Order: sequence, then structure tokens, then C-alpha cells
Amino acid sequence: MAKQRFVSGLAAGLVGMALVAAPLQAAETIKVGTFLAVTGPASFLGDPELKTLQMYVDEINAEGGLMGRQIELVHYDSGANPKKAVDFVKRLIQRDKVDVIVGGSASGETMAVTPQVEKAGIPFISLAGSIKIVQPVKKWVFKTPHTDRMAAAKIYEDMNKRGIKKVALISGSGGFDKSGRAQSLDLAPEYGITIVADETYGSKDTDMTAQLTKIRATDAEAILNFGFGTGPAIVTKNIRQLGITVPVYQSHGVASKKYIELAGDAANGVRLPASALLVADKLPDSDPQKAVLMVYKTKYEAKHGSVSTFGGHAYDGLFIALEAIVRAGSTDKAKVRAEIEKTRGFIGTGGVFNMSAEDHLGLDLGAFKMLEIKNGDWTLVN
Amino acid sequence: MLDQILQFLITGITVGSTYALVGLGFAIIYNASGVVNFAQGEFVMIGAMSAVWLLATGAPYPLALLGAVVITTCVGLALDKFAIEPARGATVITTIIITIGAAIFLRGAALLIWGKDIFALPHFSGEQPLHVGSATLLPQNLWVMGITAVMVLAVRWFFDRTLMGKAILACACNKSAAQLMGINVSLMLLISYGLSACLGAVAGLLVAPIAFTSYDAGIMLGLKGFSAAILGGMGSPMGAVAGGLLLGVLESLGAGLISSGYKDAIAFSIILLVLVLKPSGLFGREAADRV
Repeated sequence: MAKQRFVSGLAAGLVGMALVAAPLQAAETIKVGTFLAVTGPASFLGDPELKTLQMYVDEINAEGGLMGRQIELVHYDSGANPKKAVDFVKRLIQRDKVDVIVGGSASGETMAVTPQVEKAGIPFISLAGSIKIVQPVKKWVFKTPHTDRMAAAKIYEDMNKRGIKKVALISGSGGFDKSGRAQSLDLAPEYGITIVADETYGSKDTDMTAQLTKIRATDAEAILNFGFGTGPAIVTKNIRQLGITVPVYQSHGVASKKYIELAGDAANGVRLPASALLVADKLPDSDPQKAVLMVYKTKYEAKHGSVSTFGGHAYDGLFIALEAIVRAGSTDKAKVRAEIEKTRGFIGTGGVFNMSAEDHLGLDLGAFKMLEIKNGDWTLVN
Repeated sequence: MLDQILQFLITGITVGSTYALVGLGFAIIYNASGVVNFAQGEFVMIGAMSAVWLLATGAPYPLALLGAVVITTCVGLALDKFAIEPARGATVITTIIITIGAAIFLRGAALLIWGKDIFALPHFSGEQPLHVGSATLLPQNLWVMGITAVMVLAVRWFFDRTLMGKAILACACNKSAAQLMGINVSLMLLISYGLSACLGAVAGLLVAPIAFTSYDAGIMLGLKGFSAAILGGMGSPMGAVAGGLLLGVLESLGAGLISSGYKDAIAFSIILLVLVLKPSGLFGREAADRV
């Protein structure tokens, strides 16, 4: 009996010591929290993002960490479910006590967690596309990917150069598609463009010839398709099947080799705005981004196979956060936030970031490259 | 306008043929056991995905197609052997729930084996569009329509004219009576799962060149096929075809003439209307319980 009590007392003592030791060690690591859609419908975003974060955190730790402190990545898989994302962000803030959050693959989950982040006062860099994330500006929220509005603007700029005035819009039913459609409609008058058709399709539809037949009957001089997944590839094939010859524009949602593979020959001549990462090896050596892009691309591809722009957004987010921590000299949340806002001339995969109190993205249209697909590969349009 | 409508009809019929083919798979298992197999869409996906996988391993095209049908049929047989047969005494509802579980399991397994990517199969015979007046269609569309027609006739012949087909129907009518008449009920069930998996695989192979495939491609096709089967009358092969074609044409006309945003709403409202007026579907037998 007495012995048993002694043993349990010892155990309690050990547990107590462990509890004391834990916060000490925690104070030494820099905790980067993240929630990403690694599974589920947006897994093509979350998967490369998580791989990128893990790869760089491991690398920095192997080289002795940041300011002599190891980095700890705390990850949860949100499955692009906003409700889950809110729970995970609460856990990151309250239980894991992370110093900064870099995550949120989809716009929906990012918008859902924003009130939590603002209330807790923790620097948060989102990896999602919508312009609504940073407009109006929220004190603690930043983002790295180009917005859908920028994509629409870049496309219209190119249309203006080619003298295209009448555009037929076709978009899917997903969140990205709808937001892109809204921005395209909104921006059109600014560039003197008339939208002569506005068609939609279900994200899992197998044939869009009905919508495109309607578009064929209009006097559209170009077709603009906002979407990702199978939809844009089917649209592209259906356009060629119907013998429509006007120029076709896609959004940055199809900026992966998969799209070219799926659409095959029909993809030739299609133009889209995309991050320079896709054409890293084709950029002139004078391009400031080239070195950064080539290093990221080589590292990622050596480990995980073909690079995607989405993983690049995670790279940008992580390093903007870490550089801000180094400049702040601590993980004090207010100081780190202020330093993130002061990010100037940061060369990332998405472009050159110049943030300010009014701009929590810091990219301009120059960050997008206009690409044209030729013979199954990307080429730069000048 | 008239040539536009021609294109809408052609589109509707091609899309509808796909729905019909998937709906046909529902009919077989329903005929054998009164169960709606919600893993039918997953059979379609496994058919297409295993063909993609076999092609990637270097198999010649016809062999990959054949191999995919064999693999999917085996999955269907295994589904019956390991999930349906052990729950022999279960009610129809319980069995349906088991098939939903199986569908989720198969989708998960496909995700782990083949990953999240979208894949395309090459077209059977080229991609050069054919012109019908001012409308166009792909050779693959003709394959879809042709093979659907053959399959429907074969299934109909199987149930109406062969002893085994009749034995399967008898199992659904009254399991114990069928057993007493010397019909091996569990073997008939096994065959029906194998057959409908085989049909599902064929559907997957026909559609994958046009609409691509991924681990979750079965959900939507399964749902549309199920709607087609319900619309036409569950268990009737002709009904599945009529339902599928009608659904396809409604969607395409809805998208073309009214609004593409509401095309699913239009199609489904009409299905609801049909079911309110004729609850057993267009070709379904009136349900009657003998007292």
C-alpha cells in the first residue's frame, strides 16, 4: 500500500516536472499554426501547400532554426469546411498558442475564421484567392495569392490589346467560379468590354455544348471561362467540337499541366493569366523573380513531383511571416503584425510583394504573366 | 434557332445515354433484391480509373479496357461476398445503407490508390467531330449511344428470355419461395452484383474520354443515373433508358432555351412532377402488396 502510494507520488512528480518543462521548451520554439484543405474538394490546393510548409520548416530546423529557435508547424486538415476551420483556428489560438497562422486554402474557410483571428489579435496570412479577404482591410489578416479581380483585369488588359470588345462569359457553380464571374462582370465596363453572354454549368457536368451553342449564336469576339477542375477542360474541348474559332481565355484556376493534359490539342491557343512559377525556366535572366522561382521549383520537384502555383502561395506566406519575425526580433504578435505590414520588395513565387496599411496583399498586375498554350506547353505572351 | 435546337437535342441524347447506362446498373440489383445499390456510381468510377491505371502500366488499349471491366466485376463480386452476403437477414433499408457505406469505402480506397488527380482516357476512335446539319457530335458520343442500346437490349433479353434472368427476378419477388423452388438465391445475388458492376465499368469506360474521371466522379453520375432509373421506373431496363434520355434532353433544353443556371432545377422539377402524377415512374409496374 505504502509502496504503491510512493510510486504514484513519484509519477505525479514526474508529470509535474514535465508540465513545468513543457512551457519552457514551448517558449523556445517558434510556433507556426496552419489549417489547410489537404483532403476534400480543394485538396489540390491544400496538398501542395502543406508539403511546401513542411519541406521548408524541416529545412530551416535542420540548419539550426530561426534566430537559434526551432520552428514548430502545427497543422490541422480542414477539408475546406469553414465550420471545421473555425474550430481548428480556436484550437490553434487557445490550446496550441501559436505565434502566427499561415493557412486557409479556400476563401470560404478564410472568411469564416477572420472574426476569430481579429478578436484574438494574431497575425494571419491566408493562402486563398478572394479579394474580399483583404478588402476592406482587416488589421490582422494578410494574403499571398493574386485575387480573381486581378485575373479578370489582366485578361481584359490583354483583350484590349487585341481589340476584343464583346465577350461571352461561361463559369462553373463553385465558389471560385462565382466570385470570378462577379469580378469579371464588375470590371468589364472599366475596360470598355461588353458581356454578351453569361452562362453557367455545374461543377460536375459532363457536357457544356448546350451553353456554348448559345454563345456561338451571339456576336462574341472571345470566350472567357472562370473555373477549375474538369469543367474548364470540358468547355475547351466542347468549344473546338462546335467549331468555335474565337480566342478562348481561361482563369488562373487552370494553371496546372493537368489542364493541358485533359484538354489536349483543344488547349492550343488558349490564354490565361498565371503566376510566373509556371514559366520559371522561360523567364529572362533579368527577371527579379527567376532565381527564387527556380530554387523553389527545383526543391519541390525533387521531393514531390510537378510544382503547382498553390504550393508557391504557401512559400510566400511562410517566408513573409518568418522574415517579419526576424525583423521584429521576437514573436510578439503586435510587432510581428506591424512588420508583416511593412513587407517591401519581398520576392516571392507570386510576384514582388509591397504591403502597406491599405494593401494587405501587396501585388500589382505585373505579378501575373499572360500565358498562351502552344503545342502542349506554356509560352509567355508579350 | 432550329439548328440550335438540333444541337441541344443531340447534346441531350448523348448526356442522357450516359445517365441511362448508369441507371441500367441500378436496375439489375434492384431486380434481384429490391435493393438500390448506391455504390453503382463507384463502379463507374472504378471502371474508368482502373483503365487509366492499366494504360499507365503499359497495357495496350483494348486490353486495358477489358482488364478494367474484369477488375470492376471482381469489386462487385467482392462487395456482395464481403458486405451484402454476411448481412443476409437484413431488411432492404439496412442493405441500402450498407451500399452507401460501401460507396464511401470504395471512394476512399480509390483516393488512396490513385490519388486526387483527374485523368482522361483516349477516345475510342478519334476526336474529329461529325457534322449533322449545323450540329456536331463526337465519334465517342456514337459509341456511348450504340453501346447503351446494345446493353439495354441485352439486359432486357437476359431478364425476359433466359432461365437465369427469371431466377434472379424470382429472388426479388420472394426469396424463400425462390429458395424452395431450388434457386440458389445467394448465387443469383452474386451474379447480379457482378453483372451490374460490369455494366458500371462499361459506362465508366465510355464516358471517361468525354468527361474525364477522378476518385469522386462516381457521386454525380450515380445520382443522375439513379434519377434516370427512378424517372423511368425502378427495375425496368427500358425505363432506365427512357428516364436517362429524358433527363439529358431536359437538362440540355433547359440550359439552352431557358437558363443554364437553373438547368438542374428545371430537370428535377419535371421529375418531381412525373413522380407525383405517376409514382412508379414512366415504365414502372404499379406497386401492389398482396394481403
